[in-house]
Formats: sequence, structure tokens, C-alpha cells
Amino acid sequence: MTTIGWLQIAAFFLILLALTKPIGIFLHRVMEGERTWLTPVLGPVERAIYKLGGVKHDEDMPWTVYALALLAFSVVTLIITFGLLRLQAWLPLNPQHFGAKEMTPDLAFNTAVSFTTNTNWQAYAGESTVSYFSQMVSLASHNFFSAAAGIAVAIALVRGLARKSAAGVGNFWVDITRATLYILLPLCLIFAMVFVQQGAIQNFHPYQTVTTLEGGSQIIPGGPVASQEAIKELGTNGGGFFNANSAHPFENPTPFTNMLQVLMIFAIGAGMTYAFGLYVGNVRQGWAIFGAMSFLFLIGVSVAYVQEAKGNPMIAAQGVDTTTQTMGDAGGNMEGKEIRFGQAGATLFATVTTDASCGAVNSMHDSFTPLGGLVPMANILTGEVIFGGVGAGLYGMLMYAILAVFIAGLMVGRTPEYLGKKVEAYEVKMAMLAALILAGSILGGTAIASVTHIVNPAYWNTVAGTANDMAAANVNNSGPHGFSEIFYAFDSATGNNGSAFAGISVNTPFWNLALGIAMLVGRFLMIIPLLAIAGSMAKKKRAAASVGTFPTDNVLFAGLLVGTVVIVGALAYFPAVSLGPVVEHFLMHGGRTF
Amino acid sequence: MTTIVNNHIDKMEAPGAPPSGPHLKRARPLFDPPIVRRALGDAFRKLDPRVQAKNPVMFVVWVGSAVSTILFIQDLIEHVGGWETAFVGQIALWLWFTVLFAGFAEAIAEGRGKAQADELRKTRTTTLAKKVGANGQIENVAASLLRKGDIVICDVGDVIPSDGTVIEGIASVDESAITGESAPVIREAGGDRSAVTGGTKVISDGIKVEITANPGETFIDRMIGLVEGAQRQKTPNEIALNILIAGLTIIFLLATATLLPFGQYAGVHISIAVLIALLVCLIPTTIGGLLSAIGIAGMDRVMQYNVLAMSGKAVEAAGDVDVLLLDKTGTITLGNRQAAEFLPLPGVSVQDLADAAQLSSLADETPEGRSIVVLAKEQYGLRGRHLDEKTTEFIPFTAQTRMSGVNIPGQRVRKGAVQAVIDYVKSSGVSVPIELQSIADEISRRGGTPLAVTLNERPLGIIYLKDVVKGGMRERFDHLRAMGIKTIMITGDNPLTAAAIAQEAGVDDFLAQAKPEDKMALIKKEQAEGRLVAMTGDGTNDAPALAQADVGVAMNSGTQAAKEAGNMVDLDSNPTKLIEIVEIGKQLLMTRGALTTFSIANDVAKYFAIIPAMFATLYITSGQTHGPLWALNFMHLHSPYSAVLAAVIFNALVIIALIPVALRGVPYRPMGAAQVLRRNLAVWGLGGILVPFPFIWLLDQILVALHCAPGV
Repeated sequence: MTTIGWLQIAAFFLILLALTKPIGIFLHRVMEGERTWLTPVLGPVERAIYKLGGVKHDEDMPWTVYALALLAFSVVTLIITFGLLRLQAWLPLNPQHFGAKEMTPDLAFNTAVSFTTNTNWQAYAGESTVSYFSQMVSLASHNFFSAAAGIAVAIALVRGLARKSAAGVGNFWVDITRATLYILLPLCLIFAMVFVQQGAIQNFHPYQTVTTLEGGSQIIPGGPVASQEAIKELGTNGGGFFNANSAHPFENPTPFTNMLQVLMIFAIGAGMTYAFGLYVGNVRQGWAIFGAMSFLFLIGVSVAYVQEAKGNPMIAAQGVDTTTQTMGDAGGNMEGKEIRFGQAGATLFATVTTDASCGAVNSMHDSFTPLGGLVPMANILTGEVIFGGVGAGLYGMLMYAILAVFIAGLMVGRTPEYLGKKVEAYEVKMAMLAALILAGSILGGTAIASVTHIVNPAYWNTVAGTANDMAAANVNNSGPHGFSEIFYAFDSATGNNGSAFAGISVNTPFWNLALGIAMLVGRFLMIIPLLAIAGSMAKKKRAAASVGTFPTDNVLFAGLLVGTVVIVGALAYFPAVSLGPVVEHFLMHGGRTF
Repeated sequence: MTTIVNNHIDKMEAPGAPPSGPHLKRARPLFDPPIVRRALGDAFRKLDPRVQAKNPVMFVVWVGSAVSTILFIQDLIEHVGGWETAFVGQIALWLWFTVLFAGFAEAIAEGRGKAQADELRKTRTTTLAKKVGANGQIENVAASLLRKGDIVICDVGDVIPSDGTVIEGIASVDESAITGESAPVIREAGGDRSAVTGGTKVISDGIKVEITANPGETFIDRMIGLVEGAQRQKTPNEIALNILIAGLTIIFLLATATLLPFGQYAGVHISIAVLIALLVCLIPTTIGGLLSAIGIAGMDRVMQYNVLAMSGKAVEAAGDVDVLLLDKTGTITLGNRQAAEFLPLPGVSVQDLADAAQLSSLADETPEGRSIVVLAKEQYGLRGRHLDEKTTEFIPFTAQTRMSGVNIPGQRVRKGAVQAVIDYVKSSGVSVPIELQSIADEISRRGGTPLAVTLNERPLGIIYLKDVVKGGMRERFDHLRAMGIKTIMITGDNPLTAAAIAQEAGVDDFLAQAKPEDKMALIKKEQAEGRLVAMTGDGTNDAPALAQADVGVAMNSGTQAAKEAGNMVDLDSNPTKLIEIVEIGKQLLMTRGALTTFSIANDVAKYFAIIPAMFATLYITSGQTHGPLWALNFMHLHSPYSAVLAAVIFNALVIIALIPVALRGVPYRPMGAAQVLRRNLAVWGLGGILVPFPFIWLLDQILVALHCAPGV
């Protein structure tokens, strides 16, 4: 731990704080179709898209129609992507001639699901599996659309809370068009330029073979990286161009781009809180949510940084030099971390990428100390509501807000209300359904994967022709660390994060299918109940506020929200977590590793 | 008969009497021995799985108890013996206790209702009714056969056979059977006092009654059904809360069930009994076990205030109320005006005015008249004097003269409405000083009523009669304001008078010169702005407004129409009680929220007892007593067995410990929502996290000391 490290984290947070309001204002204006400085240029484009798609832009959809539109859009684009990935051999921009051999059906399914659900779990290594065309068209389009869909769903929920006695929650086609056109595309254009300037590559060259200083030969991959990089962070997608993701110097060349990337991951999520405040007519409501998110973020990043800086006592015990300085950080746990980012840059990135549903990584989470690695795991377990995925963070946090209001709201002696809308049986049912589905997918998936025997392992789960018929045979570590790896995989897939603890050879039909299903469940079975809440809330009258009304725009409520996130999250997962990182922590201090 | 009327009015409306505060007429001790005895039996009867299946949380505990009992029996058969068997047996025992305790809580709450129902049943009449036949002849019919529309005659000493409306005659009726109030009340044909209730008794005169309820639907039948809980339906908030705790139960079921495969992966054997113990400790058994008791007790508390809520939903809605509409007369002010001041004309001494005023009122038996006598005595030392009956002529008040007074030799004293007095004075050819009118106008402006006094046709001055705001009303309105509830006074007075009284009473707003349709419009306006409105009413023309209001409390003295329109009936006909009803509604919701929060917060401590115990041998190395996760046992509980048992026992006992809170409601103070939340979060949230630690530690010590669990 160093002052510079802490200052880097503090600077990050202060810049984020400063960005929240302007981004929020812009988001609100765009999503409500108000005029912005981009309208003269993009207005005609927007209208042309509606004309082309036959969209009646003033049609207000009930939640059911909105949800159906989202589902239809996702299913169609998922199938197209699956097809394009399988057919990449016949498509252009494929200098390395990748084909269906690399992109097996199960991998194509997993990948198509992964990008459609904004997860960007990668069971493949980009540089040895997918063509430039696949990267730029099949996958990057989803990076935009899945992010825009997240924004759309969040805005629909916010409209549900803000409107009174309304039938509809907005128009899905308009929302997704505006989010893509006015927010994601222009910003990505700018950031891609900055990345290029900083040294990220942008080309269509075939891979180059070079002779290294030692006289060996090395293949240097190429590709349109910078343009992919911008949306990867801004849309909280996280799918790297290369296997090494943001640890790769072509993706994330400098400490400056590193700072830029973490800011981009949180930018829209933070702005959404302010936009929420604008929608409901009280920006303090937005700041209360922002406050709760900030608190959880700061706790997480502090724990991770402190744990990584302390490092593994067993290494120091063996007389290893721990005084070497990297980015001002001395010693500690540098395994799996980039020298150019140091521990602060790595733990900040790891916390941010899992607070949000991004999943880009600039270090190996698998190599973190047990408690340091618990932070990313726990962040995802909360449902990624700490700023969270673009849109997804806000709608997840609003679900917690509804539960918090319901439980604690009764304590003020009134039927619980959130923003003047009564929280009744239907909303509680939908919120519990969402919570139940997430817990079921994470715990159930882990349970199945840790003990299941596979009937035909040679087909379903073989990586190297092993005779072991356990699904968990692909897990490289044993004991608590192996358990953490499985748990993290289902946690990450269900939470639509996409980062990995790694350590599992997941590119097998069993894992591709299992995690693909977890991603679909985690995305759509979460969104549908929340849209149902949006629809039901929109229909309600708005109760007038008085001193008898449960206040949801102050520090007390932010604290309550933190408590609900922590307790509801921790209570369900505490036993599982204690079998993973917690016991590993005690074992490490007792001198045992796995 | 007249005496009775006067007595009754005196009792209700004596000047200067304290406001009729809430009477807990039906209060009974929290743990009444006969009720407790009956509840103990009921708790066992509730072990029937068909009963338990209605409550998902307790059903899970029931299944857990059954499974652990089977495990215990299996251990006995296989002679496992030792601590393991003793442990499983104790777990099974305490899980059964958990189910029993929850059943006991519910049975106690129900028992209190049943006891009330039994009392009510006694009043149900079995006597014959005197039914007027088609040809006007009277036939004796069993009361239980009377149907809507039948006409019956009730004479002195008769019990009124069923609910009805008086269509002829007037009678005083003893309604103590339903209201607990011993003073008889007047029931007469027409007007707002025409409703009679079955089971009450005519004690003077006679009436002809048209029956308005079919058998089994009478007021008493409904009361019995309500207090017994036979018609109890889950309220909206209760349904939502049930969904929440059922959802949590399923999540915890997942969290514990998946520990089996997780344990298998980690290579540790997890005992089923411990898993069941963990599950039961995690699921919200505290609130799950007490939820229905809280609801029943809430209804019961309303009943103790002698208010009959037609549904639990109405009680809950009372907690949500934002606006209270209160009638001025009888609710905010005493029913009558009282003399407050003597204001003489120039040239007249106060003493003379007071003397004349007292003289004129000696025979005036109205509360206003007596208050004038009292004021003259208290302020000017004028004692009531004895007048020679032979020479004294009392002039009674008539609607024509609008004056009353007395003639004694040499003195003709009159008092009356200002305009009437002016006309009277002018007609005797005496001029009226201009000040008389100006003083009268000033009094009107201050919200009072002026009465002019003359001696031998000469105006002396004005008596200031004032509306008297009941004592303590301002504080109550302040409390309501603190809770965020707006009070609106409804009055037929002119706006000036209304404003003055509103100011004095401390209500937030008023509606002056109100007609029934204005009241209705006001309710609709408030509702359109998103507020919930509560009101009281008794007259037939109140009925639409009572039905429109979210909480409509009808006075039992009111008409049948009003009683049917409202969703509560106040048996004491005390409109002020609306405030208590609101408080009970709030307290009911608070109690549910508090115990839910407490229940969930408790889980933290239970985890720290059970998780280390459950994985005590995980990754253990030879030579160690416990594995690495035992480090989480920072309470230093003795052994895995004692730790799990302590958590389970705590979980069971906390239900018993919280029965009083469930029945009585959490302590309630009128405060704003933010303050209430801060306070309740500190007590039930933070308290819920901290409290279990010392108790689990203590139970662990006791278990080891009693050799119920191993010390290591």
C-alpha cells in the first residue's frame, strides 16, 4: 500500500463524482427525446432508422409488449450471431482463416449467448479462434445492442416509478435506438481515437511472425483492437479482443488508458443514478442510490487493495524479496498482475469490473489472495448493483431498493411506498422471483458442476482425453480454490459479468452449455420480473409525500440500502463463500495452499 | 323518560368534562390463565400438518422436525449412541418446540378473540319475537327465524330480536351488551337515531322495528365472526410479507441444500441434522411464527377500544391514512357552548350584567344556561339564590320569541339572540345603543355566540358564549402532524367562526359551511392528490362520504345506512377515537416490519454459531482439534454440538419471548417517519444483529453445564 496507490483510487472516485451529473443530464435528455447538440446530425439518422424499421416512435408500450420486443430482438440477434460465428470461414476479414473447427457449435452457442446477454464470458481465446469480421460484426454489434438494451430496461423501470396511472413504460425500439445512436456510438468514436493515440492497435493485418532478441520466433497478432476496446468498457461488456484482455498491451497500453478504462466502465452506470433522480423529479433520490453504490465500491476496493498489498505470508516466509517497487507499490502479491498497473491499478480494475457487470480484466483474479479474490466474487454476488452494468446496475439496485423499502418501510407504520408508489404483493413477488432465480442459478449451477458425473466424458467434457468423468475434472485446482473457481464461473455467468477466476478449461460442451444457460437465466429471468414491476408501478397512483412518508432520499436510506444488499446477498451465499475464499484464507495463514 | 334523556345527555356532554378518551372496555391481561390453558391445547392441535401447510415457513420447520425425529429413531435403532444421538434427539425436540411455540402464539391471539366471542354469544337472544303479521295481528316467532323486512313490536323489558330500524315510537334502550356502556340511549323513528341492534334491551316505552338483517348476518353475528377470526382474511400487506418470507425460505433452502454437494466436493461429511438446524435457524421463523398472531392481535386491539373493524384491511388502511376529517361538534369541541365572558354596554357595570344574566338563567336547564350561572358565581361571587316561587314567573325559551327569562317583582330579565332582543327592546320604545350590535359582531368574529341581556327592557350587555375545545386536542393534533397526518375540521359554521376555532384547536385546515356534498368533494379531491382519507359519521347523509373515505368510522348511534357504508363501527360513538384507530393501524404495520427485520438480522449471529460447527472438521490436519473454519467461532462456543444446539434453542425461545410484542405491538410514539425509522432500525435491526450473540453464548454455557452437549 502506498500513498500514490490510494491517491489513484481517490482520483478515480472524484472524477467519477464529477462526471455523474453531466452524464446523467445527457442520458435523461437523450432517452426522453429532447434536443441535444447531437440532434442536428443524428436526428435524421434516428428518423431514418424508425422509417426503415417501421417503428411508430410515439407508441407507448405496456410492459408485456416491451418485454416481448426485447426478447424477440435478443433471440433473433442471438441466432444471427450463432450463424455468423459458425460461418466465419466463408466471411471476409479472416486473414488467419479461422473456421468452424475453432468455433464449435457449443462454443458458438456459448459465445452468442454470452455477447447477447452483455456477459462477454469468453470460453475461447480471441486471437486463436475468431476472425476480424466475427470480432467487429458478430460480437461488437452485441456489445452495443446488449448495452443499449440494459439502458432501455433501466429507463423503462425508472419510467414505471416516475409515471402515475400510466399504461406504458416507453418504446423499446426507440429506447434502444437512442441509447446506441446518441450515447454509445459517439462516445466510443472519441475513446477509440484516444486509445489509438495511446498505442492500442487498429488494423486488419495478418498476424506477424517476428524473431525475438533471444533468436526465437513469436507470432504477434493484429486486428481492429481500439474500436472494440471502447465499447468493451463503455458498454460494460468486457469481452477482450485478446485472451489476456486489458492486461494485453495492445488493449490497455498505459496507466492512463487503464484509468480511462475504469472510468468508462462506471461512467454510464453512475450517470444513470442522476438520470433516475431527474426522472422522478428529485435528484436527491438519485444521489441516495449513488451514495449506497459508492460506499460499497469504496469498501470493496479498499479490502482488495489492502489484501493484495499484504500479499501471501508464505512467500515472505520463504525469504522472497518483497521490497521491489512497482508503480510505487512495494512487495505484496504481484502474481498475475501487470507491472505497469501495480496493485492499486489492478485491484481498482478488478473491483470496478465486477461491481459493474463488465468482466474485462487487467490481472488474474485467480491469483489474488483469498480475501482479495473474495471482493470480485462478492461484488458479482450482490447482483452487480454497485454502479453495475449499463442500466443493469440501476435496475438491480432498484430491485434492492424495493425490497429495502418493503421490509423497513413497514417499520414506519405505513404500507411501504417507494417514490409515492405502494409496494404491494405483486412487486414483492416479482423482486423475490428475481432474487430466487439468481440464487438458484448460482448455487444450483455450482452444486451440479462440483459433483456431477458425466455420462460420456469423451464427448461432453474432455479437454485432453481424460478418463475422469466428473464435470469438475476440468478444474485445475483442488480444495477451496478449485471450489472458488467453479463458484466464480456460475457467479460470473449468472451475473452476466464475464470475468473468470480462470483455472477451469471451460471450452467443452458441458461447460459451454451449462454456463450458457446460466447467462440466459441471469439476464432474461431477471429482466422480465423487473419489467413486470415497471408495468405494475406505472399503473399506480402516486401517493402524496408527507412527514409520515418513508424518506428514500437521505443518508439513512442509503445506509439501509447498503444493509439490504449486504445482508440479502451475504446471507444466501455465506455458507458457499466460507467453503471457498474464507477457508482458503485461514488455510493460507496456516501454511497450506491449493 | 325525560329524566333518562337528561341523564344521558348530562353524562355525555357535561360542561367542562374531560374529553372522552379511549376506554379500554374490553381489555384483558395479556396472558389470561383460561386463555393460556386453551392455547396450550390448541398449540398441539395445530401440529396437524394440514394446518401447518398454510404457513410455508412453519411447514418447513415441521418437516425438519419430522425428519430429525426419524433420524433420531434411526440412531436409536442402530445404537449409534453417544453425543451424536443425544444431539439429534435434542435438535428434534427443540424443532418441535419451535413449531409448538409458533402455534401457541397464534392460539393465544385467537383465544383472546374467542373469549370475546363467547361473551357476545351470551347476548344472542333465544327469546320469541312479537312479529306483526300480514293482517296486523301479532304472532310469536323465534328470533332466529326473522328475516329482512319483518316488522316486530318491542315493549318495555323486551330484548330486541334482531337488527332493525325503528319505524314507529321512541324508547330508551340498554345497549351495554354490545357497547359495554351502561347508560341507556334513545332510539326513535326517523332521523339519525333510528337503528337498533339485536340483543339490546328496551327499558322504557315501546317501539315498532323493521328487521334489516337475515339470520346469521346480524351485527352480533358479524362481531362474533370477526373476533373469532372465522372471517379473517389476510390483509394486503400480510400477503406481501408472506410472499417475502416464503421467498426467503426458498432461498435459504437452496443455500442449505447445496451445501451437501459443496461439502462432498470439499470432502467433508455434513450431518443432515445439522443442515436442518441451519435451515431452520436461517428461515425467518420468528416472523413466520408470529405473523398471524400480530394480525389477530391488531384486530383485537381495535376491539379493545370498542371499535368493530369490518376487516383487517380496514385496520391496515388506518395506518396509511394521510388526512383525518373531523366534525367540529362533539369531536373537536364539546357539544355545547359555554359562557366565557360578560361584556357590558357603556354605563353598565359588569356586576349588574352578571347579576341579571344569572337571574335569567336560574331556571334554564340547558348546559349553556347553567354555564352562565357558574360563570357569574365564579367570577363575581354571585351565588345562586332562592326565589320565592309564588312571585316568580319563569319565561321559557320558545322558537318564536327566541328569548327566555324571569319576572320577579320589579324586575323583568330577558336574555336571547341579539336580533330578537333588539326587536323586543325596540318594540317597548326604548332605543338600542349602537354598541350592542358592535360587541355582538366582534364576538361572532371570534367564533363565539353572543346572547343579549335586558333588565326591564333596557339592554345591559352581551354574554359571550364560546365553543369549548376539548382539553388535550391540540396535543393530539400535534402528534398527528408529527406522524404526517393532516387534520381537517368540518363545520357548518361560517368561515370566520370556523377559522377561530380551527386556530384554537390546532387543526391544520377547516371546511366551513359544509354540506354533505362538500364533504364528499373534499374526500375525492384529497384522494385524487394521492392521499388516504379517514372520517367519522353517523347520519344517513354521511353514508356516501363514509363509503368513499378509505377509512370510514360509523358511530353506533348512527343510522343503519351509515353503519353499512363505513368499514368500522365505533360502539361508543366517540368520534375522537379515530385517532386511536390510526395509531393502532400504524402500530400493526410497525410490528410486522420490526419483527421481520429482527428475524432476518438474527441470521448473522446464527451463521457464526453454525457455520464453524458445521465445517469444524473441514481440512483438519492430524493433531488439530478443529479445522481452519473453527476460527470463525469468535463467540468461543464450546463444541460444534453445543454451538448448533444453542442456535436452535435461541431460535425457538425468541418466538416465545416476542409473543408479548406481537400481541401488544411494538412501543409506539408519534414521530415523523424518518425518526421512527431511525429508532426502529436501531432497536430491531441493529438489536437483531447484536442480541443473539450473548444469548447464544449463554445457552452454550448452560448446555455444557447441564451436560446436554460436550464441552469440547
